[in-house]
Amino acid sequence: MAKENLVPMGPFHPLLEEPEFFKFYVDGETVVDAEVRIGYNHRGIEKLAEGKTYEQAVFLVERICGICSTSHPFAFIQAAEDVSGIIVPDRAQYIRSIIGDLERIHSHLLWVGLAAHFIGYNTVFMWAWKYREPVLDVFEAISGNRNHYGMFKVGGVRRDIKDEQVPSLLKAMDDIDSFCSMLLKAVMDDPVIHARTKGVGVLTKQDALDLGVVGPVARASGVEIDIRKDFPYAAYGQVNFEKIVLQDGDVFSRTAVRLLEIMESIKIIRQCLKNLPKGPIDAKVREIGVGEGIGQHEAPRGEVIHYTKSNGSNYPERHKIRAPSFMNVPSFKKTVIGQSIADAALITAAVDPCYCCTERMAVIDRDSDKVLLTGDDLVKLSQEKTEKMRNKK
Amino acid sequence: MNILEEIKNKFDGKIKVFEKNNRRTYIDVAKEDAKELVRFIYCDLGARMSTASGVDTKAGVEILYHMAFDKYALLVSVRVLAPKPDPEMPTFTDFMPSTEWIEREIHEMLGVNFIGHPNLKKLLLPDDWPNGVYPFRKKTFESEKEIEER
Repeated sequence: MAKENLVPMGPFHPLLEEPEFFKFYVDGETVVDAEVRIGYNHRGIEKLAEGKTYEQAVFLVERICGICSTSHPFAFIQAAEDVSGIIVPDRAQYIRSIIGDLERIHSHLLWVGLAAHFIGYNTVFMWAWKYREPVLDVFEAISGNRNHYGMFKVGGVRRDIKDEQVPSLLKAMDDIDSFCSMLLKAVMDDPVIHARTKGVGVLTKQDALDLGVVGPVARASGVEIDIRKDFPYAAYGQVNFEKIVLQDGDVFSRTAVRLLEIMESIKIIRQCLKNLPKGPIDAKVREIGVGEGIGQHEAPRGEVIHYTKSNGSNYPERHKIRAPSFMNVPSFKKTVIGQSIADAALITAAVDPCYCCTERMAVIDRDSDKVLLTGDDLVKLSQEKTEKMRNKK
Repeated sequence: MNILEEIKNKFDGKIKVFEKNNRRTYIDVAKEDAKELVRFIYCDLGARMSTASGVDTKAGVEILYHMAFDKYALLVSVRVLAPKPDPEMPTFTDFMPSTEWIEREIHEMLGVNFIGHPNLKKLLLPDDWPNGVYPFRKKTFESEKEIEER
């Protein structure tokens, strides 16, 4: 009888947002069971926020994630504004949408690059990361920062986009558009990428609904949810864009959803820049009021939801944060089991939680605790599989 | 028929509905009727479980289940009170697998016992975290004796 081995993966990963720890039980090359453990990076931000004013908490929640640093402030300010129905000026709403969707572009490009690296496609990896740079340059032009933009505040935004900046920003969007279209074609038509990702790690529509997954993971499985369309906020109700929904639920669909979304985001940003209304950028909020507020935002990885309870003071009485990965990570159990261990790194990566873990992967013999394969070996295993496929063709 | 009308008709007298604005509605319900109400909203009306949040109050732990109707741009928050000293709630994981993690989180952070939960282990806190210490409980609501006993 084949011996069942344990493959631990994680917990720490210096690159992306959360450390997680996966345990894969393998029989030969097939994953037979999976467990996940989170909490290695629990920083008690919800509790910390109770000791910060609404103004300060915006900066605090911006530090939750280094990649999608705007998602949390975006949801949080909406929660605070929801408490007593603060009206935000139109110009601020448009600037918010521009920041929110620029972030989606750079986050998805980062993901495409890493996923390509895992299947041994370093050309796509280099391209994607190279074309991510101009996006960060646009951020720098608007906010002065390449990440952690500090743009958001309750009632508006902190910095204006000057009218004389708009033509250069539109020009930058044209360049980003042409790079991304090229990348889209390169990935969508590549036979080896098809072979490595189609039919791999399938999450069915029913499983997606049961687990309540959100964002590109849900949309790749045919679940039509996108907070920007369903609960129009900021300027998303005033611009034209498509909700990208695919049906297959495999790694390829998740890749395709993200790449197609980049093109939609470019559309949104162009429309916002062209139609940027005149007026103030801040409602100059004096007090939050008493009550409860809920803010939702479609982050690159899915719905972020913040709940805040205000007792009329400057400080929130309770602040609850739910990040999209909290819903998406449990889907591993459905997608990884029955798949080959060479695909495990890619499938876990396809949810876009945290690849970092994969770099620390090791195959360990359950009886002797001896390390059989290290993380590097597993990435190599995945890359060799691609190489073999390529040579066959 | 309107979603809220349907809920009001079915649970007439058992719930208190507060329509904050056209997107946010809060429904207060007693613990005994909570499961039936959430099941109706989730299974029959087809809402999506977005998340749950717990707030420590003097009377007990207040749990809000945030359910989203994406098609109607409506977020319904069902508010239930799990009274102290030993807050308890029936688990919703039997018909709503997506609540598994959030119930574990509320369990360890606020000390609510979800009866019937299949896997009520630690999720976020370290394994050697002391039992009976709940980080999101507010100190002001505990008697000095309780704090000393730790």
